[in-house]
Amino acid sequence: MILRYAYLFSASPIRLVELMYWPFVQLLMWGFLQIHLAENTSLFAQGAGLLIGSVLLWDILFRGKIGFSICFLEEMWARNLGLLLVSPLSANEFLASLSVMSVLRLLVGLIPVTILAKVIFGFDLLGLGLPLAAFFANLILTSWALAMFTSGVILRYGLGAEELSWGLGFVLLPLCCVYYPLEVLPGWLQPVALALPPTHVFEGMRMVLLEGVFDAAQMWRALGLNVIFIAAGYISFRLFLASARVSGSLSQIGE
Amino acid sequence: MNSSAANEIDDALARAGDGAAATPIAVRDLVKRYGQVTAVAGLTFTIAAGSVTALLGGNGAGKTTTIAMLLGLLTPTSGEVRVLGADMTRERSRVAHRINFESPYMDMPMRLTVRQNLSVYARLYGVRNVAERIGTLADEMQISPLLDRQNGKLSAGQKTRVSLAKALLNAPELLLLDEPTASLDPDTADWVRSHLKDYAAARGASILLASHNMAEVERLADRVLIMKTGRIVEDAPPPALLRKYRKKTLEAVFLQIVRGNDAHGTQQRHV
Repeated sequence: MILRYAYLFSASPIRLVELMYWPFVQLLMWGFLQIHLAENTSLFAQGAGLLIGSVLLWDILFRGKIGFSICFLEEMWARNLGLLLVSPLSANEFLASLSVMSVLRLLVGLIPVTILAKVIFGFDLLGLGLPLAAFFANLILTSWALAMFTSGVILRYGLGAEELSWGLGFVLLPLCCVYYPLEVLPGWLQPVALALPPTHVFEGMRMVLLEGVFDAAQMWRALGLNVIFIAAGYISFRLFLASARVSGSLSQIGE
Repeated sequence: MNSSAANEIDDALARAGDGAAATPIAVRDLVKRYGQVTAVAGLTFTIAAGSVTALLGGNGAGKTTTIAMLLGLLTPTSGEVRVLGADMTRERSRVAHRINFESPYMDMPMRLTVRQNLSVYARLYGVRNVAERIGTLADEMQISPLLDRQNGKLSAGQKTRVSLAKALLNAPELLLLDEPTASLDPDTADWVRSHLKDYAAARGASILLASHNMAEVERLADRVLIMKTGRIVEDAPPPALLRKYRKKTLEAVFLQIVRGNDAHGTQQRHV
């Protein structure tokens, strides 16, 4: 299956440009805002790269999910999913290939933008060191969990539910405290935010950049939540798939 | 079929190994309901090894639903579907590499070349010597000049031949075909029918095809199952149906049945 997506990119190199385009635009916008704020507020002067770091980590979550979902949707758009589902490819193998592709697509977009962040704004994402690996792993796990859920919904309810694939990630944007600390949220909303793994990642990133401290316990909490999220995403995908086999929506995919 | 193709089929047969002698299709009391609508209302039939069986019926008769259940794409409401000995609701993965399917309503990715698409599916089906197998099939299906063209740039007839090549990649023991010669000109369609007949004979493969082309069915099928409102109303070889209905063509038989008359011209009751 990964070979199948590699062929797709070789047939349409413009897709590679698209993978880098939005992260680059975001980097520029938030990078220049960061410069402006750093000159005028002590918080941003203290935490150099706070906004750029948030942008880049948010992109890991968002692009990871979109990368998974786009590869899934490609099969729906191509009317190819029915042929795949009657082939020896198992649902688990299919999900594994989508997960690998989401990481590969993400890296294509992230690596050039990470280099540009260093060159243009002097922010070295790789300079985060070991914490970056923990941030990356937790964010990509959340992205897979969300993508499995939305792919399952689309499998069951068809391409009419495609909007969910694009929109669900944005629901997390205000709740996960990407650009501001948890305390900004009203008290009743904070437990909701803390139940989301990315909140711990963004809080952890701010702690590293502002205080130079890596809170490993926070990453373990994020990982624990991700285990629940991944299990829920996987189970929901399998249930939607089974439901689609009952409702007949799989056999209508090609027609 | 040339000797190299026959050898490849022998190789594929040796690879299949497990349970090769199982009945290709065994269906018992198969029912599929969507809410209050009954699409398939209690089918029971088997398909013999090496046979070519046609599944006929008007629109909404239940053919596509039946094929979807045989492929494991659809879960029956009740009843049993066994393909090559495997229960398709629970054990599909055990036999998926021994069957294949072609339908004009499903497609392979448009931006990939024919060779890339065949290569991906060959690997999914566990075919060994992928390049050699694609070369052999391309020669047989007369698609060699198309191998490096994008699938989206093929004519409908070319796509059908490519889809058939994909369906034959793993030299399947059971081939399920939905309108196999749709979009083909009469000459190419005739050539495809000959090829399928030769393939079934050389491989000892079983074919189940859904078709609205009665000439095709007369030419290919050893046996015809005619469905109406989710039930099998006729099950016989084509010559037996012609005799029973005193018609010269299968099309005339089909029209009499779908318009609701039995062999005596009276209103039909389901059997």
